[in-house]
Amino acid sequence: MIEMKLITRRCGVINPLSIDDYVKAGGYKALNKAVKTDTIKLIEEIDKSRIRGRGGAGFPVVVKIASLAKEINEEKYLICNADEGEPGNFKDRYLMENDPHQIIEGMIIVAYMTRATHGYIYIRGEYTHAQNVMHWALDEARKQNFLGKKILGTDFNFDIEIRSGAGSYVCGEEFALIESIEGKPGRSRVKPPFPTQKGLFGKPTLINNVETFANIPLITSIGGEEFAKIGTKSSTGTKLICLSGNVKNKGVFEVPFGVSLRDAIDKLGGGVADGRKLKMVQLGGACGPIIPEYMLDMLIDYDRFEEFDSKTGAGAIIVIDERFSIFDILTRVVRFFEHESCGKCTPCREGNQQLLKMLEKFQENKAKVRDLVSLESLARVMHQTSLCGLGQTSPTAIIASLRYFRDDYIDRLDSLEM
Amino acid sequence: MVNLKINNIDVAVEEGTTILNAAKEYNIKIPTLCYYPDLGIKSDCRICTVEIEGQKGLVTSCSTAVREGMVVRTNSPRVLNARKTITELILANHDANCTACPKNLNCELQSLANKLGIDINRFESVYNPQPIDVNNPALVRNPNRCIKCGRCIDVCKTVQGVNVLEMMGRSHSMTITPAYGKPLNDLYCTFCGQCSSVCPVGAITEKDDTDQVWKAIHQDDMHVIVQVAPAIRVSLGEEIGLEAGNIVTGKIVTALKLLGFDEVFDTDFTADLTIIEEGNELLYRIKNNGVLPMMTSCCPGWINFAEQHFPEILDHLSSCKSPQQMFGALAKTYYAKKLGIDPKNLFVVSIMPCTAKKYEAKREEMQANEGLYDVDAVLTTRELGKMIRQMGIDFASLPTTEFDSPFGITTGAAAIFGATGGVMEAALRTVYEVVNQKPLENLDFVSLRGLEGIKEATVNLGGTDVKVAVCHTLSNARILAEQVKHGTSPYAFIEVMCCPGGCIGGGGQPYGTISKTRSERIDAIYKVDKDMPLRKSHDNPVVKSLYDEFLVEPLGEKSHHLLHTTYSQRDHN
Repeated sequence: MIEMKLITRRCGVINPLSIDDYVKAGGYKALNKAVKTDTIKLIEEIDKSRIRGRGGAGFPVVVKIASLAKEINEEKYLICNADEGEPGNFKDRYLMENDPHQIIEGMIIVAYMTRATHGYIYIRGEYTHAQNVMHWALDEARKQNFLGKKILGTDFNFDIEIRSGAGSYVCGEEFALIESIEGKPGRSRVKPPFPTQKGLFGKPTLINNVETFANIPLITSIGGEEFAKIGTKSSTGTKLICLSGNVKNKGVFEVPFGVSLRDAIDKLGGGVADGRKLKMVQLGGACGPIIPEYMLDMLIDYDRFEEFDSKTGAGAIIVIDERFSIFDILTRVVRFFEHESCGKCTPCREGNQQLLKMLEKFQENKAKVRDLVSLESLARVMHQTSLCGLGQTSPTAIIASLRYFRDDYIDRLDSLEM
Repeated sequence: MVNLKINNIDVAVEEGTTILNAAKEYNIKIPTLCYYPDLGIKSDCRICTVEIEGQKGLVTSCSTAVREGMVVRTNSPRVLNARKTITELILANHDANCTACPKNLNCELQSLANKLGIDINRFESVYNPQPIDVNNPALVRNPNRCIKCGRCIDVCKTVQGVNVLEMMGRSHSMTITPAYGKPLNDLYCTFCGQCSSVCPVGAITEKDDTDQVWKAIHQDDMHVIVQVAPAIRVSLGEEIGLEAGNIVTGKIVTALKLLGFDEVFDTDFTADLTIIEEGNELLYRIKNNGVLPMMTSCCPGWINFAEQHFPEILDHLSSCKSPQQMFGALAKTYYAKKLGIDPKNLFVVSIMPCTAKKYEAKREEMQANEGLYDVDAVLTTRELGKMIRQMGIDFASLPTTEFDSPFGITTGAAAIFGATGGVMEAALRTVYEVVNQKPLENLDFVSLRGLEGIKEATVNLGGTDVKVAVCHTLSNARILAEQVKHGTSPYAFIEVMCCPGGCIGGGGQPYGTISKTRSERIDAIYKVDKDMPLRKSHDNPVVKSLYDEFLVEPLGEKSHHLLHTTYSQRDHN
């Protein structure tokens, strides 16, 4: 079997609403170990683990942790990004609903390492069940003194609150998320300063994805070196993948890095539903590239994904069968971004509606060669110049499709005139 | 120092310098749109984008600091294409009927498009006309021209602390608008016009009153007089292509005569008169245990702010009308009578550095004769520039002319009303001598000058040390007003000017006003003062004879009726 259940090993096994179940299954042991360990040593283990952020960008986790740890401030914040607005992703929800304490424990350990004073879990507005589970779990953890004052008899104080927005996609972007917690509309900020320097309420802030925090107790327990043995050279540990679309078995699966997309789709997903032929796969979500069938031997690995000039590690694998044209998918994707753009920077605000106009011409077989040229140019400019990840990645699917499905564009041209 | 290469030129700049400023130091021009020197970095327009060797994406030079060994290209094909594309995107969602725009030839978007060589826009127009806000006498907000750069929000929020404008909605339907899309006069807008001053396009402009003035000038039976505010003489030159800080008083008078005004007067005259009235009011309050600190009332933006945000402290405001309104009231009474003309046939125009003055002139209280406004039309410095250009006047080569009498003899004390600290300094020159009955040895209150946000001084009046304060921008006014509200203000007298730098930095001043321009205008103002034969308001012989002839005494019955006013709490305008 290609599955490797490490951070999902308790999912479906324990009662997520019972802290006792979690503790019986080995929970909060890592925290007990951590509070007896020197923080420098703890951070060293993260360094050795070479774990990278699971939210999509794949940024080395230790860099953020170390930079928050070295900031000297009376207040330092930790944020768990559970906004999970990316279409095709539902792994964070799975973790929150099935093993909430693992995330909380991960946050407490990171808070201990960095001397963060307060934590927030920013949960997507639509995830009401996950919000309820996390609320419950936080209360339980507080009762057992895993949260609150003088945690486990140490002089370390830390607590976590839950926040949530009104469902805007951009609030998954770190600065838009921070603005949202501050009570403002979700719009990104100019960087630098980065959140670890000046984040929530102007204080040093560390933001990590749910899955990243969920890996921290594991790393603390087994040690960085052991952890780094799992996966590939550039991508250590396991990855939660979300299979969806025209695949037989949809759902969340945990695999070590290095598994091929084809194996994931065929062996875990059971192949394309109803015996149809696979036309393409969109990786990562709406912001990810669309690749053709012949590329499915590609391995799930940060470095391999970077070839697309894109940040696609969030875990979505959306399978699309032969009934759909590339333009069916692209117009849907761009309409999504046209709706979700915050409107702050020019390329994203104005660009997405122009992309959509041009794609619709292809959809209706009315495009001219100049539309193809303009589409390609605009997509690249948006990717290179947008303020935040939303605008930068909104044309990723188009850019990839221009590479792998160029013939589909040519076929739709009205004439070969400029 | 940090060493880097920009376009193959070796550059050494201080650590922390942005690429944009580093390039500027070496005369490498990077185009910008949302960037404005005195405001925060927004990095929204993405026009100033540049390429850094080894980096995949492009970065905005306004927000990126230099690093040792960096290799920057500001005009590579990739960069130029990106800039062009972004500009085309903006133009595709813009009311680009340029000749119908007040900012035509003065528009940063237009000039950017020109520099980038945009002829054909590759993108389809997605421009969708929205209603224009013309519901107030001061400012016009035209969302169809807005490019969403955010400068207006920044100046309203961070400089003025008024927070009227905000981004609303998202994606391409995101608009910059007053809360809930309401018109400006339904909200706490002070009409300071700083937004119009920093807008790169024609999305917020002053309400253009030039047509109304032309009409009056060309009306045979109308006697049209004009007053020129203190701050205009050091800034109008910029409208006509001269450097900031040129003193062009005499040329303005000539130009206004050429435009067809019957008489050209100086607001400095009623500034002197303001000092006499306000100085006496201060002394009266001190002597009679009146409400202190007293706060100045010359600035209509500040008055609006106080009435809307600080209704509790309105009895701290001097009851004196502003010099503009004192002038209007005297013109429609004393002057009309003297000339033997019906006030109905007298049209009073003001040239002001200010957009809030347009609002002030339309306040109901400002009618010495019922049904007749004291001031009929207010033009900003920019509007006067426009009229001069319309008439084809070669301003630079004009001879100088003196102001007409009776409202033409003025003092240096009045001239400095245009700079932050000026009203206070002028008042102290008079109050000191009235109270202490001896000449003031040094007329220059240097500690009250300059661009510091809040300034203080202590003067000895009749044996008691009295503390005074001066502030400019409404953010600073809020600080002092809060103290007054809570009874913790240590001052006896406070000058408030709503615009940065005072009136020389007013919302109606020539475009492109930045700190450097403000300093240059301020220097020029103090030079005007220094060169005046009379430098104290109470030495103005015409003001003296006005009291002898007409007003009788400061704070007297006539003054009360014509030169003083009242304030009231307002929920909105």
